[in-house]
Amino acid sequence: MTTFLGMPTASPTVHLRTGESFPDAARTGLADSQQRHNLRVATTTIREKRAGVVAELDDWEQLRAAGAAIKDATLAELPDHLERFEAAVTERGGTVHWARDGDEANAIVTRLIQATGETDVVKVKSMATEEIGLNEALATAGITATETDLAELIVQLGDDRPSHILVPAIHRNRSEIRDIFRDHMDDVDPGLTNDPEALAGAARLYLRRRFLSAKVAISGANFGVAETGTLCVLESEGNGRMCLTLPRTLITVMGIEKLVPTWRDLEVFLQLLPRSSTGERMNPYTSMWTGATEGQDFHVVLLDNGRTATLADPHGRSALRCIRCSACLNVCPVYERAGGHAYGSVYPGPIGAVLSPQLTGVKDNPSLPFASSLCGACYDVCPVAIDIPTMLVHLRAEVVAAKREEHRVPTAEAASMTAAAWTMTSRRRWTAALRSLSLGRVARRMPALPPPLSSWARSRDLPQMPRETLRDWWVREGSDVPPAAPEEDA
Amino acid sequence: MRIALFATCLVDGLFPEVGKATVTVLRRLGHQVVFPMEQTCCGQMHVNTGYPREALPLVRRYADTFEPYDAIVTPSGSCAGAIRHQHAQVARQFGDDALVDRVEAVAARSYELSELLVDVLGVTDVGASYPHRVTYHPTCHSLRILRVGDRPLRLLRAVDGIDLVELPQAQTCCGFGGTFALKNSETSTAMLADKMRAIQSTGAQMCAATDASCLMHIGGGMSRLDVGTETVHLAQILASTKDAR
Ligand code: SF4
Repeated sequence: MTTFLGMPTASPTVHLRTGESFPDAARTGLADSQQRHNLRVATTTIREKRAGVVAELDDWEQLRAAGAAIKDATLAELPDHLERFEAAVTERGGTVHWARDGDEANAIVTRLIQATGETDVVKVKSMATEEIGLNEALATAGITATETDLAELIVQLGDDRPSHILVPAIHRNRSEIRDIFRDHMDDVDPGLTNDPEALAGAARLYLRRRFLSAKVAISGANFGVAETGTLCVLESEGNGRMCLTLPRTLITVMGIEKLVPTWRDLEVFLQLLPRSSTGERMNPYTSMWTGATEGQDFHVVLLDNGRTATLADPHGRSALRCIRCSACLNVCPVYERAGGHAYGSVYPGPIGAVLSPQLTGVKDNPSLPFASSLCGACYDVCPVAIDIPTMLVHLRAEVVAAKREEHRVPTAEAASMTAAAWTMTSRRRWTAALRSLSLGRVARRMPALPPPLSSWARSRDLPQMPRETLRDWWVREGSDVPPAAPEEDA
Repeated sequence: MRIALFATCLVDGLFPEVGKATVTVLRRLGHQVVFPMEQTCCGQMHVNTGYPREALPLVRRYADTFEPYDAIVTPSGSCAGAIRHQHAQVARQFGDDALVDRVEAVAARSYELSELLVDVLGVTDVGASYPHRVTYHPTCHSLRILRVGDRPLRLLRAVDGIDLVELPQAQTCCGFGGTFALKNSETSTAMLADKMRAIQSTGAQMCAATDASCLMHIGGGMSRLDVGTETVHLAQILASTKDAR
């Protein structure tokens, strides 16, 4: 087991990366005014709700610190906790499987389902299975997986991609959802309105048939408790609970970072998560199960998929603290404008901008670390205090280093950065450079400027160039102040 | 008190008026200002774009230049934030422990303008007069990295004749973000558009901030749209007096 942790051999699967760069992919979202409106309304609402319930607790900062500390301590001894977890699950009649990457995990789950002889399964919303593309893998094996989370179902029926961790269909409004239901649900009322109750009713009817017939269910896990082998899922609709209790075989796919050592530790996260994600004081449906219950067959697939490599990176490690609450998405001004699809990963928003390149390596996701203005709003709301801006900056340096390795000739950006640093390390060169700038008199709205000024000037005027730099003014005017210290005249 | 001014590369070259205003305010309060000529840039642009190695000599240079002073002031929340939170990180990353100690010591004496005025010099009323309708944008790095809090607002509220109006969604980023404005120009522009809309909704003549960089971005957008609203740095408002007009 420990050898496995040290040796991630295969590379993470496709749902963590896209061929398209963020700026290119963002263009679609930016141009979609309906989506931008939907996102603004949804994120503003949930953001305010979160701020309200967080403000109610006067020990929020301590809770945050506790959450971060528990996660860090667990990650520091992850191999031990995983072994304890495996022993506890096995002892209680469950079976633990280990998957180095998405392909292995998908193969394990497919094999387990095929052994039951079933071809239809129900699913509890899960980011891990999203990450490895399980539904698609099952489809190629002739197995139909139905998502039972309402928003996830909307995405699935609409043959769409999720654009938010918690609310995968956040980019859709009610009329769009009505259209998706009308077009893709068998025996739906053709006169379905976009009234929330009507929509929920249609989904309930559709799902009920599947709950009652499903013999196999697949879930993810929000937390796994190492000491008892308990798994824990938090959800708002109760549909997950139907999946967890009705079917005869339950397969849980869980990232190896989801463990907490003891039951007691859960208490902290059961406070942090609902307030951060849905802005609720307490989670509506919290399900926990330990091993196999009578008549049920229980499996858990522990997924690495780049996590060991992330753990090995001292700058990137804390991304594994993430409890997928999505608070950082809801406050992110870049996410709100560009939309979740622009990140090309199942993990969008600020955490996606660090987690995806951490899991795949920066070479596969080189534009994501730059998809942030470093405004810091994400760090402020993160319930486990992940310093996302600092991590982004580290990843940017990794991207630059990787490019350097790849190309013998420095990129234009690297060349200009080196030149700027060279100029800025000499008073003489710097003074001369500033002077030429102030004499340059570039037109403020010049249509054809060289990059990078061209991308600035597409939407913004350049500042008026001053006639005199500050240092030249100082030399001329500053002399009337009391004698300066000798070092200034150096 | 003798105070060294770190103007920042941007103010030195593009917005000298902001530097002059900083000098004016401090002199009016009876302090001596010095401008160490060896200063250039805090290196933030290099660090944030992924070039920490290139930033290292700039970090060292900042320490070399400002070590002799008891108080250093900069009219930029963003650069003050970089000095306080990035300089030691960079020095540590390249294993220069002696430099870590030095930059930490200099950073502890480096202040953004509103911090220096309120915390070190203990003033909120600097004797300014500015009879205009002004709205204040708390730039992200001042707000979240430096945590200047309401210090700039306290200074503004004490200005004679000012009509200070609240900015809706004030804490949302304007979309500048250094090289973000170039690398993700379209997303940056979309953020700017919302910021400009918020500023316009206040009916303010002036949008003030503590960072010349964000103001360059906001001002560049508003100038393009010819909306008639202008940008002004906090230092420039604080430097204005009845006599000066
Ligand atoms: S990074 Fe923090 S705020 Fe973002 S989803 Fe993870 S836990 Fe939530």
